[in-house]
Amino acid sequence: MSVLATLRGISKTFANGTLAVDGLDLDIADGEFLTFLGPSGCGKSTALRMLAGLMPPTSGTIGWTGGARPQVGFVFQEPTLMPWASVFDNVWLPLRLRHIPRRDAARSIDEALDLVGLGAFAKVYPRELSGGMKMRVSIARALVTRPPLLLLDEPFAALDEITRFKLNDDLLALKTELGTTVGFVTHSVFESVYLSTRIAVFSPRPGRIVAGIDIPEPLPRNEEFRLSAVYADHCRIVSAALHKAMNAPQQQTVAQ
Amino acid sequence: MSEPRANGRATNALPDFVLPVAIFIAALAGWEAVVRLNDIPPYLLPSPSLIGETIVKDWPLLSGSLWVTLKITFSALFLAIAGGLFLAILFAQWKWVERSFFPFAVILQVTPVIAIAPLLLVYLDAQTAVLVCAFIVAFFPILSNTVLGLASADHNLVELYELYGASRWQQLRLLRLPGALPYFLGGLKIGGGLALIGAIVAEIAAGSAGQGTGLAFRIAEAGYRLNIPRMFAALVLISVTGIAIFLFFSILSHLLLGRWHDSQRSREA
Ligand SMILES: Nc1ncnc2c1ncn2[C@@H]1O[C@H](COP(=O)(O)OP(=O)(O)OP(=O)(O)O)[C@@H](O)[C@H]1O
Ligand SMILES: [Mg+2]
Repeated sequence: MSVLATLRGISKTFANGTLAVDGLDLDIADGEFLTFLGPSGCGKSTALRMLAGLMPPTSGTIGWTGGARPQVGFVFQEPTLMPWASVFDNVWLPLRLRHIPRRDAARSIDEALDLVGLGAFAKVYPRELSGGMKMRVSIARALVTRPPLLLLDEPFAALDEITRFKLNDDLLALKTELGTTVGFVTHSVFESVYLSTRIAVFSPRPGRIVAGIDIPEPLPRNEEFRLSAVYADHCRIVSAALHKAMNAPQQQTVAQ
Repeated sequence: MSEPRANGRATNALPDFVLPVAIFIAALAGWEAVVRLNDIPPYLLPSPSLIGETIVKDWPLLSGSLWVTLKITFSALFLAIAGGLFLAILFAQWKWVERSFFPFAVILQVTPVIAIAPLLLVYLDAQTAVLVCAFIVAFFPILSNTVLGLASADHNLVELYELYGASRWQQLRLLRLPGALPYFLGGLKIGGGLALIGAIVAEIAAGSAGQGTGLAFRIAEAGYRLNIPRMFAALVLISVTGIAIFLFFSILSHLLLGRWHDSQRSREA
């Protein structure tokens, strides 16, 4: 598999002196589903945002195969929709910002909405949608440009389990259909094993990758996989890695 | 019995406006009764019916004054909207502009307009001075509300715009301005009422220099002549104007925000 991005020695120190991410070395393969797993506050979001180019690393380099960062689709923990715009117009946004008129964008928008199963809701306003539906709109918006790289920061954390399972399946189906590379953040061991082809386990702050675990089972996966012994084994391994990371001695991080 | 409503009120299917209107009419009737039963002379307290009569009888005079007051109020409001919006956008684009000019806006705002009016009357002719006073009081709420609204854009959305390489202009037009609309309309509701108050206060301060035009001057003038019913009549016209301005902007808010903003959300039964 070819490499999409190469992260070398990525560190991030915030203005207040917090060292959030410390010396990240990571290769992201083209087409993989990579999950950042770690306890709260360990720097997962920070790492993902640096990957998206939303903030620069304090030190280290991110190299992209093909020279520059490809188009990125980003999904936040909250749906982050514009309440004054219809679902259609919300999904139009990435194209609109590239000066693509509404009419020319319509096909891509309808396709993206169909992909997330909201084809019938184009004219509706965000406040008329449930939490899960809003999240789907957010995903449709990220997909509308057909980005080679899709980054999701705990997108389903606020949802109930039934909805989360459903959206997990939908996300995997989308990923297999579109062949997108996915970077995903979660602190659920079970979600990470179900979704990922590879899991990067983070230590508590300052975030470092302490284990990389492959989940070789083919995508997409289903309920059967969730109930299988293989799934349970993987969960155990990942859980153990996470516990080990949590209990590792921490270094003093905040300058003072 | 009809179905109980979601808010638990016992209902006999009366429209919502019936009760307030009935109580208002009852209050007027009570006033009328007090005046008649006690034979209170009109120069102490005119009855509502006499006030109504005065409005009709003095309409040629009062309508001219009403027109002047309306013209000043709405010119001032228009200038305040244009100026407030323009400055707010400048402030949002360049922080240093905000830091440099906001203090001036605050100084104008915190200095009572009644204290500025005499000074303005020295420099400007009465009409212009009144207009400027009304502008000063209406300007600030529109400015500060819009500034707040423009700055309140969802941080994640701002990042999303940056991710897709949005220009400053796109960010302003598609994200910050629509997001600021509820704040702006809130400022407009306050500013609209204040423009009227500013126009009245300044005209009172202008006194005889005001050359007897607006409603406030009519009140002062009628006061000198102990024409109490006309004072009340002018007062009623001012109140009605204020209410109309408020209603107008409330309806405008409803039309512009109805579909998406929580402030316009009615609790579903
Ligand atoms: N803008 C900022 N300024 C200062 N410190 C920050 C900033 N953003 C994040 N941090 C700190 O950096 C650390 C990592 O934050 P980050 O949001 O990446 O954690 P996370 O792993 O995503 O946590 P969670 O799972 O709770 O979302 C935290 O300790 C946080 O307090
Ligand atoms: Mg986070």
